[in-house]
Amino acid sequence: MHIKFERRIEYSKKVLLAVPVITIGLSILVSSILLTILGKSVPLTMYSFFIAPFENFYSITEIFLKFGPLLLIAQALAVGFRAKVWNIGAEGQMIMGAVAASAVPVYLVESTSIFLLPAMLALGALGGMGWAAIAAFLRTRFNANEILVTLMLTSIALQILYYLLLGPWKDPMGFNFPQSVMFQDEALFTPLFQGTRLNTSIIIPILFTIAVWIFMEKRFGGFKLEVGGLAPNAATYAGFSAKGAVWSSLLLAGFAAGLAGMSEVAGPIAQLQRSITSGYGYSAIIVAYLGALHPLGIIFAAFFLAVIQIGGDVALVSADVPISAVHVFQGLLLVFYLATYTFVNYRLRIHRPGVLQSAKVSS
Amino acid sequence: MSEATTTPLLSLRKVTKRYPALIANDQIDLDVMSGSIHAVLGENGAGKSTLMKLIYGVIEADDGEFYWEGERVDLRNTATARRLGIGMVFQHFSLFETLSVVENISMTIPGNRKELAKRVLELGETFHLEVDPQASVHSLSVGERQRVEIIRCLLQDLKLLILDEPTSVLPPQHVRSLFDALRKLQSKGVSILYISHKLEEIRELCDTATILRGGKVTGAVNPNEKTARELATLMIGRNIPQIEARPHQRDTDEPVLRITKLSAQNPDPFGTHLTDIDLSVFGGEIVGIAGVSGNGQQELARIISGEDLSHNLPVSTIEMLNEPVASLNATERRKLGFSFVPEERLGRGAVPPMKLAQNSLLTAYDKGMLNRGFIRKDQVNDYTSKCIEDFDVRCSGTQASANSLSGGNLQKFIVGRELMLKPKLIFLSQPTWGVDIGAAVAIRQHLLNLRDEGIAILVISEELEELFEICDRLHVIRNGTLSPSLITADVTPDDIGEYMIGTAGAPGDAPQNEPEFANAH
Amino acid sequence: MTTIEFFLAGTMSAATVFLLAALGELIAEKSGMLNLGVEGMMAVSAAAGFVATYETGSHLIGFAVAGFAGIIVSLVYATVAITFLANQVATGLAVGILGLGLSALIGRKHESLTVASAGNVHIPMLSDIPLLGPVLFQHNIVVYLTLATAVAIGYCLKYTRLGLAIRSVGENPHAAQALGYSVPLIRYGAVVFGGLFAGFAGAYASTIYTPLWADGMIAGRGWIAVALVVFGTWKTGRIILGAYLFGMVSLGELIAQSLGAAVPSQLLSSLPYIVTIVVLAIISTNAARLKLHAPFALGESYDGSESR
Repeated sequence: MHIKFERRIEYSKKVLLAVPVITIGLSILVSSILLTILGKSVPLTMYSFFIAPFENFYSITEIFLKFGPLLLIAQALAVGFRAKVWNIGAEGQMIMGAVAASAVPVYLVESTSIFLLPAMLALGALGGMGWAAIAAFLRTRFNANEILVTLMLTSIALQILYYLLLGPWKDPMGFNFPQSVMFQDEALFTPLFQGTRLNTSIIIPILFTIAVWIFMEKRFGGFKLEVGGLAPNAATYAGFSAKGAVWSSLLLAGFAAGLAGMSEVAGPIAQLQRSITSGYGYSAIIVAYLGALHPLGIIFAAFFLAVIQIGGDVALVSADVPISAVHVFQGLLLVFYLATYTFVNYRLRIHRPGVLQSAKVSS
Repeated sequence: MSEATTTPLLSLRKVTKRYPALIANDQIDLDVMSGSIHAVLGENGAGKSTLMKLIYGVIEADDGEFYWEGERVDLRNTATARRLGIGMVFQHFSLFETLSVVENISMTIPGNRKELAKRVLELGETFHLEVDPQASVHSLSVGERQRVEIIRCLLQDLKLLILDEPTSVLPPQHVRSLFDALRKLQSKGVSILYISHKLEEIRELCDTATILRGGKVTGAVNPNEKTARELATLMIGRNIPQIEARPHQRDTDEPVLRITKLSAQNPDPFGTHLTDIDLSVFGGEIVGIAGVSGNGQQELARIISGEDLSHNLPVSTIEMLNEPVASLNATERRKLGFSFVPEERLGRGAVPPMKLAQNSLLTAYDKGMLNRGFIRKDQVNDYTSKCIEDFDVRCSGTQASANSLSGGNLQKFIVGRELMLKPKLIFLSQPTWGVDIGAAVAIRQHLLNLRDEGIAILVISEELEELFEICDRLHVIRNGTLSPSLITADVTPDDIGEYMIGTAGAPGDAPQNEPEFANAH
Repeated sequence: MTTIEFFLAGTMSAATVFLLAALGELIAEKSGMLNLGVEGMMAVSAAAGFVATYETGSHLIGFAVAGFAGIIVSLVYATVAITFLANQVATGLAVGILGLGLSALIGRKHESLTVASAGNVHIPMLSDIPLLGPVLFQHNIVVYLTLATAVAIGYCLKYTRLGLAIRSVGENPHAAQALGYSVPLIRYGAVVFGGLFAGFAGAYASTIYTPLWADGMIAGRGWIAVALVVFGTWKTGRIILGAYLFGMVSLGELIAQSLGAAVPSQLLSSLPYIVTIVVLAIISTNAARLKLHAPFALGESYDGSESR
């Protein structure tokens, strides 16, 4: 007797909806085991992760502060992943967006112009797109694998950031800390509520989500990208440009990641410093998958990951759980998601030669 | 009668194999006697290949029993099957292109390579299956690859040889030499299970025939005592539908497709280079390209369709409807009134997990399906329903996914989708590959009707019967070069075969690396 | 030691990390499995290997623990990508993320600690040759074992039946299965071998090359190892060469600093990444050639169903 996967004729919608629930359940189960091994209190940690973030208003605004960039980047990455363009360098594109946007307040320290913020938005988007364009160019012109290139570009972007912070852009009054000047208020988004860090930039991911949803569901352009991802030969047969898919996927991701980077330096951080990305570029990969690469699913996934990031901070203090536990949990989410997703397209079939089949032949 | 002749070599009892979409083999009973050439006859999709893979242990049966020389056996992997003395030659060969002949053989046959090479040569001589043991498989012709597979089986203690549609890849001349080799094997006591859908060759070669239809056995007969018509009735449950082929005159003075001096280097060292291809197709005629697979058909198809633009051909190398198109991509060529049905249905002609409606959008989006880049769902669904209706596509509706359809129905959908584009020039590659007879006949009839309406049609096919049935003119492709145009009515399949193996045509065009089966005579 | 001697000797040591990881990945890829989780496997093993060496004082135990850790992580990848048929790229990324998280967790109590470096072998006679002696013949035994293994792997892939089996499931899994090879079993084996070697690479990095543990110390070397397999066009000899080239490049920063060059250190730190991109672009330009050398079924799941 042995067990085998057998492809379903049509994918199962029921399983598709169950996948995130099972994924989260399994991830919680395995991390509970890990926590027990580490000698941490499981109930306390779970409480810190999933309940504590909602216990006060400030904490809830912090969830939304993290929700924004995760949503923004994940929506763009999902478009690329559906086209099988593997941009895993959103982190680098985010850094370059932040760097480009920061040029404005760094060089115009005295300015109080109302155009500061729009200029930063434009530069942020361009910075991210420019960085992504390198990968797109190398892929379409030299056939260089975009996974490796975007990843290497992230490491290089980080070095560029360090160079600027230790050199030309270092705040002269900053006690030699690797950081830029604090940006003037005109270069910052307005907080939504007094005393919180959540600001008007949250509108960007929301608008972007709507745009992506329309693009992928209603537009021919989205259809073309999807065909390219599902069946490259069919795309060539239809005459859809493979290079176009690479360019549009990467530029879209660069645009979104650049804006996310800009929103960080023009928002909660208010200056350019070493840790501007909080790993959003990597977490967004998990968000994109956990949301089944679908614009609506990604909204829930981004919110969920935002909660556990805040929860991780809480758990560090309340349950002495190291912050790396959050990364482990994120990794588990993706691993279990990929494993359970198989059941959307396959079902288990038990083989018992010589014995009448108990498994029914489904139609 | 002695005991040995009454106990079958191999018996199957109520063997069943189910897939989610269908029951591929439904309670099959089969007895193969020692020293017999036993045909398994059935049309595409009848379950022949599945049955053979069950016997060879490639896949596992859900139910049923196997007996080998009267003993119950469990055929759950190919190693068991080989140990019993079963060998199999696959329809799509199981050879590795990058390895040499002897390396391929050493994957299943123990022994050092020098000795194996020697035995390959010996067996080649005995059975007239000559092949160079040191040659790389990618340099071999299809016929030679088949010989390698047969020799690999002979190197084990062979009692039963399974051949899956062995002649579908061979020119007519080589078919006869293959039959000679098989008869020689039979005379040495090897039983042969011979899978085919070709009635005449079964009547010529086999002494027993088990007929499958829809996964069930519909008869076990002596094929020599039956007419082809009777066999056909057992095979498809009715008479083979005839198509109305009538001669037709060209409708245009100028060719609708003209290819002049097309040459293309293939960067893939295992691929074929095209040299000096000249071809024209006029309105109101069907032109066929015959040839053994792997002689440049795929390369030529991609260049004509506009999928492969990497060769930077001079623009007027290819002209469609009097426009030079060699630099235009597939979309631009389609806009001129060209449409194309590729040989691969899943993954090229259609996107497998997408709905039929979305698959309409793939090439028919210009037929009013878009409004400033927004998809008009109603239009897409209307087009799809019409295609399903007009071309008799059996499916659950416009929302069925492409991979839920049978091969024949998906092919009808793709052909229908392309014909509904109202092309002036249509190009089909292997239009009825793996398609059931009903669908194949329907597709051929559609093509003939279109021809009569004045459409120019180009067909690449490996099925000679099909080409003879529908084409007005024929070319043969061999080694990347095209034969002169031949009027179908003036040539025989054997003539085409001469071009396939390179013994016809220009004197300089001598056969390469192709020691002929025919040498045996 | 002169700077040049230091540089050349350092190259051999640095290259060993790349080579070990790349050899493991080579075997996995030859079987058709594109495992992008090398970075994660190396990180976990580097942490586990360091902790084991630190606690026991034995490098041998460190390597054993690291190899075991690499195998465990590779099994996660294998289960999801082979048994559960998930997309190999996504699974590799998932395992990479998981591995980086786990490594921080494992090494959190040993952050910034050091262990004694393992001793070097002195090959009699040869190590006394001026200049060449110390450069070539005074290294840790692992450096030589790695080179020997590389040669053995090259031979095995080319001339043995095991090598044929691995290559065949990477070229055409359907045909291999039809011939009686178990595609999943061989692929599991290849991936686990990759995990073992990524484990050794991690241990070498954290206990011999730079005998200390710091979170994030693998610093992209796993990814460069993946790139090396492409650079080497899946051929052992070229992968050895590539590993030594990158060993050299990765020392650029140290050398420039010791020479007091007036180049921003960030530029030098970026050098391995820049070189990776440039070489990748050069190698990949000839798409047809790359495709020819790459295992034909690389990255494709095999669900045992009929091919069409």
